Amino acid sequence: MAKELEREGIPTALLCNIVPIALAVGANRVVPTRGIQYPTGDPSLPREQEEAWRERLLLTALKALETEVSGPTVFPSEERGEGGR
Amino acid sequence: MLRVVHYVNQFFAGLGGEEKADLKPEVRSGPVGPGRLLQSLLQGKGEVVATLICGDTYFAEQPEEACRRLADLLFTLKADLMLAGPAFASGRYGLACGEVARMALNELTIPAVAAMHHENPGVQAAAAGAYIVPCGSSAASMKEALPPLLALGIKLASGSALSPNVDGYLPRGIRKNVTADLPAAVRAVNMVLAKIAGRPFTSEIPLPQFDRVTPAPPVPDIRQATVALVTESGLVPAGNPDRIESSRASHFARYSIGGLRGFAPGEFESVHGGYSTDLANADPNRLVPLDVARRLEEAGRIARLYDYYFTTVGNGTSVQKAQAFAREIASEIRRSGVQAAILTAT
Repeated sequence: MAKELEREGIPTALLCNIVPIALAVGANRVVPTRGIQYPTGDPSLPREQEEAWRERLLLTALKALETEVSGPTVFPSEERGEGGR
Repeated sequence: MLRVVHYVNQFFAGLGGEEKADLKPEVRSGPVGPGRLLQSLLQGKGEVVATLICGDTYFAEQPEEACRRLADLLFTLKADLMLAGPAFASGRYGLACGEVARMALNELTIPAVAAMHHENPGVQAAAAGAYIVPCGSSAASMKEALPPLLALGIKLASGSALSPNVDGYLPRGIRKNVTADLPAAVRAVNMVLAKIAGRPFTSEIPLPQFDRVTPAPPVPDIRQATVALVTESGLVPAGNPDRIESSRASHFARYSIGGLRGFAPGEFESVHGGYSTDLANADPNRLVPLDVARRLEEAGRIARLYDYYFTTVGNGTSVQKAQAFAREIASEIRRSGVQAAILTAT
């Protein structure tokens, strides 16, 4: 779906956890998340921290939408090693 | 007697559905689930000595660690043949089957074959050398899927020469030298003549078919843009008014978020059948980030959030359907002046 939206000229940030699949099928603006069952959440965090993380994630998504890309590209929203499972 | 090891996910092992998808790799002796059918198809030529099991979510979230643990288990089993799946159209399961087949063959030099639907994203493992036989998209075709999986496995384990055209597996991108009946010039001219005459011919160099989409140009200034929220996570108003199917969705729906400052638990819920929805239902903003998106709108980080969000279930949904949904969504939001989309996927 992300590809089709892009094909129709609408830049689309795909927020998902299984990045290898997103890249293999050719999604152009991929923002990695922390779990399959909660693309914009992290239930391991207290509510306020979870919302702060969600905000960082969305700001990364907005940056991806403003960025010129030439093919499937990953926009990490966090430093390596931080958080996640 | 061929010692066969079979790989299945938690579901086909009979251990549970999505609530058990975090299961770490483990081994059971003898056949489990579809392995019992494999055992009967072996008809004395071999034995399913063990079954490797791993939860789909566990595998998808840490494929390298999962593969390493499965390799350690497989190594001790002295297998002559490893069979994985069939995974049908299940993305996470297909990814696991493809990777396990690749790992067994490339790292442990154990003949290995996986089975899955040709649209399964797990077929990418074929390009890394895995043998993958195509099968149907749902477990209803289990009986048809197993014999070709086993037949290719037995042939591979016997050391016979294989080719994708003859043996029915997905091309692995490997070229082999063979002796042709006619010189290249004659074959080329024959092809040209066939093409001119409108007769069928087969190219010797099939072009790779990548469905690559040229990226959409970026939004010059997202602060001036209207942004739409889209999801395949199955988030719908409680009661699922448009009856979106929990798998193989036939349609999508749009629901108003005008004036909402977030998704309230109990008022919205996920009807996706492909993952455990408890954590998402406890706070649906974990699926579609309406709460934070609204705050970013109020803070001027985007000009406007589009008044509706779009939702479907991406669980065994065909690529063709998903493409049609997205084209319809695109045509609506373009008419409404939306410049960009955020799509959340489970």
